[in-house]
Amino acid sequence: MQNNVLTGLNDHESKLNSIWMQLLLERGATDGATEEEESKEFTALFLEALNQGGNSDNLNSHAFEKLYDLLSGISISRAKRGFSPRETAQYMISFRDAASQILSEIAKDPAVLFAANLELNAVLDNLIIMNFESYVRGREDVISRQTDEISEISTPVIRVWDGVVALPIIGTLDSSRTQIVMENLLQQIVDTESSIAILDISGVPAVDSLVAQHLIKTVSATRLMGAECIISGIRPEIAQTVVHLGIDLTGIITKATLASALQTAFEMLQLSVVKRK
Amino acid sequence: MERIPILKMGDFLLVTIQVDLYDQLAENLESDLINTINKHNSRGVLIDISAVSIIDSFMGRILGNIAVMAKIMDAQTVVVGMQPAVAITLVELGLSLNGVISALNVEKGMDLLRAKMYNGDNEGQIDDNDDE
Repeated sequence: MQNNVLTGLNDHESKLNSIWMQLLLERGATDGATEEEESKEFTALFLEALNQGGNSDNLNSHAFEKLYDLLSGISISRAKRGFSPRETAQYMISFRDAASQILSEIAKDPAVLFAANLELNAVLDNLIIMNFESYVRGREDVISRQTDEISEISTPVIRVWDGVVALPIIGTLDSSRTQIVMENLLQQIVDTESSIAILDISGVPAVDSLVAQHLIKTVSATRLMGAECIISGIRPEIAQTVVHLGIDLTGIITKATLASALQTAFEMLQLSVVKRK
Repeated sequence: MERIPILKMGDFLLVTIQVDLYDQLAENLESDLINTINKHNSRGVLIDISAVSIIDSFMGRILGNIAVMAKIMDAQTVVVGMQPAVAITLVELGLSLNGVISALNVEKGMDLLRAKMYNGDNEGQIDDNDDE
């Protein structure tokens, strides 16, 4: 019975689309023509789902599958294009407004109109939730990709001299990053046949016992490979924390600045930098 | 029985491990190596593990043992060519092989051994002897 009213929308597909687009434009929730094709497809699939017997009692049925796929695709792409949550929510809400506007035109009897609106809301509420879930998932994808990129570019291994590599660490050292740092450093040592590695921690905001343990591990691994590891960039606060925490760094060569670490590296390689007259 | 070849190069012994080590093979290597040191009065042992992709705690211990045994027979052990993954594994296992000296490749390992031999008094620091 209720479905009959909703399927009345079938005859007004193009009108529904134009009202919807207009509402979106008025509310500033679209970036124009790019979404129009997708939106038309959405309307078509929505009506198709209703025609196939989809209603508020069987929201998980087969009839809605294609519609859900399309909607989540649209939401994810909105997330990636940087739409705000409000704009994303407006997308579906505008659709509902457009649909109920048409319903109020075609249904004369208030009781029928009420029932039809209830049904419409029940179906669309679910779609709004889906819309938002996909949007959030899209945002999370973006964030995790950026995290990966940051960890990738934040551990560059620099060859500062023949046989000396340096690795400035910027940002907090956690277990997964230490692993990446260690692997990158060791691989570079093999590739460049460097016998000295300088680990600069001046960009590490805080050193706690866990970070110190990671550093010690990196130094041990470097030594096992047959290279020597110098830790540089120990700021006064870091020195204080390390001592207060009772961490033993005595077996490790530590220097205050990268310059003095490089100087030490030169001494180990029996090189000297002299000023030309 | 399968054995790992031990080559004599002057005062040094050269062991190149080209196969994945299983426990029995490692134990044989240990005893063969010590016997060979005794036989030739060798002053240094160079173990090349660049082809070894897996080292477990047992293998790590054997390497450590070899170094200590060689040491008390007055021979210095240098392990060369350790793969990054192997180094990470050993550190994660908590084996930092303290008695073992490492070098990046055979060439540097040989330099290290020679340097050790000719100034045998100051054996504390590895890096100072890392001659070009």
